[in-house]
Amino acid sequence: MSKTVAAPIGVLKTADRSLISRRVWTFLRRWPVLPCLILAVLAVTGAVPDLIAPRDPYDAVLRQRLRPPAWMEGGSSENLLGIDHLGRDVLSRLIHGARVSLILAVVVVLISAAVGTVLGMISGYYGGLVDDFVMRLVEIKQAVPLLLVAMIAAMVFGQSFTLLIVVLAFWSWTGFARQVRTEVLHLRTREYVLNAKIMGASTFRIFSRHLLPGVSNVVVVLSTLLVGSLILTESVLSFLGAGIPPPRPAWGSMIAEGREFLTNAWWIATFPGVAIFLTVVAFNFLGDWLRDYWDPRLQQTR
Amino acid sequence: MFMVFTVIIVSAIIFAMSRVQGDPRFMYLDNNTTKEQWDAWGRQMGLDRPIVVQYFVWLGKAVRLDFGQSMWEKRPVTDLVMNRFPNTLQLGAAAWIFAVVVGLPLGVLSAVMRGTAWDYLGRTIALFGQALPPFWLGIMLILLFAVQLEWLPIGRKGGPDHLILPAITLGWLAAAGLLRLVRSAMLEVLDSEFVKLARAKGVTPWLVIWKHALRNALLVPLTYSVLILSGFLAGTVVTETVFQWPGVGRLAVQAINTNDFPTMVGAVLFATVLFVVANLLLDISYAFIDPRIRYR
Repeated sequence: MSKTVAAPIGVLKTADRSLISRRVWTFLRRWPVLPCLILAVLAVTGAVPDLIAPRDPYDAVLRQRLRPPAWMEGGSSENLLGIDHLGRDVLSRLIHGARVSLILAVVVVLISAAVGTVLGMISGYYGGLVDDFVMRLVEIKQAVPLLLVAMIAAMVFGQSFTLLIVVLAFWSWTGFARQVRTEVLHLRTREYVLNAKIMGASTFRIFSRHLLPGVSNVVVVLSTLLVGSLILTESVLSFLGAGIPPPRPAWGSMIAEGREFLTNAWWIATFPGVAIFLTVVAFNFLGDWLRDYWDPRLQQTR
Repeated sequence: MFMVFTVIIVSAIIFAMSRVQGDPRFMYLDNNTTKEQWDAWGRQMGLDRPIVVQYFVWLGKAVRLDFGQSMWEKRPVTDLVMNRFPNTLQLGAAAWIFAVVVGLPLGVLSAVMRGTAWDYLGRTIALFGQALPPFWLGIMLILLFAVQLEWLPIGRKGGPDHLILPAITLGWLAAAGLLRLVRSAMLEVLDSEFVKLARAKGVTPWLVIWKHALRNALLVPLTYSVLILSGFLAGTVVTETVFQWPGVGRLAVQAINTNDFPTMVGAVLFATVLFVVANLLLDISYAFIDPRIRYR
């Protein structure tokens, strides 16, 4: 990716300005500045939405219903991104929605990374029957149509935040298990692991001190990439009515609500989509960058 | 053999979920029924037997494609699913064609002309495909082409032009994935000895790229393209909802929203079986593409 291109001599001679812009460009290409910037904004809004959001996201002023964004005719600077069909401020709901999405994604990643890593390590280290069992589980999971099962679960158990976490964690642990298993298969025959075994280190010690550090890079990279796809999946589920329960602002359900007002109020459905897009792109870029930075070998696996 | 096992496990999960909901009799009978009527229904539906037996009875019927009657439509579920399936197949095929037509050539182009405008175009498409929520893409396409420009119909069933927007919506993500895979596979193959040899022999660049290189780079993308086709048949849930397309995905969503358990279970199992069968076909097709596998 970061192949250094020899600068044409003419360009260098003409102006120093182009040299500076070239430096800025290489800097931007080498370090993930933009994704980090987007994620920083997201983290801040997610942490203290009440301080940043101009209005209460549940505050419905019917009089202002379907007011367009500030720059359009009839818009007001108080409601930058307009007002939705129930008289709620779109920007405020976006900001509060960031919090919901982020908390959900982080919790799911923590759970599925923990479960997937432990199972993957056990599976790779011991092999045999345990390995077969875990890998069969992974294959079965792949055949389950996630969206439909999630919707059925939402209908049977009622929509809730907890249920969403369980379903998404069930969906995502396998990625960790597979990758970690592959890594451990390589690691377990390494000299330092064998030596530790000969020295009489306990299994727990081998796992925690010798194998875990070896797989931590993979886990971090996968986690970052997973956050993006989780936010996407969550929005799809919310859109289908099986995600975060309605009054709570979530990006996916905002789009679903806005769909019916597409012809006269495009802003309700458009901005949450842009927010999802930017977030997912940021996480994907960061994940790809981390992967290349730590371990170019992994590039082909995904 | 293992595939059958997979399907059985999935069916057990779905069956268990349908029973967690509570006694199915609550769906059919109201509060005015007597104890006798209640028990009679129970016997008729086999609810007086242990749950494991109930499951196997149900599974036995399911193997013979008998999922019972839809609760509201009063028609066999199999009929309903089979009625809708051609629509889903049509949409899936159109989306698949879109994905291949966009993803394959652009993947090859961006590998061959690495670093040029083609490469950036390809990567931009891939980027959008992976990060855009599919339903939002569909909504935006409707807004732009159907509402603003009025070039294309909104969806629903109709002439071939009704297929365009849903197919793009469904196929975009797959096109992006395919593009990435083709690109990286081509980059690898173009670097190999036999391609260099072909070039050195004086084979025209066009032939080197499209015959020598592409054929050998196709194995992974082929896997992927079969996976996406089977994924489409399950993943059309979203697209069919956005475009009100009368396919199996929308049938499942409607069934879930109206608590129609037999239909729901039928549709979900149908999607699972399709996925598993597609994977089986994939394994077989490997042998045709890459003869080396046959000798393993």
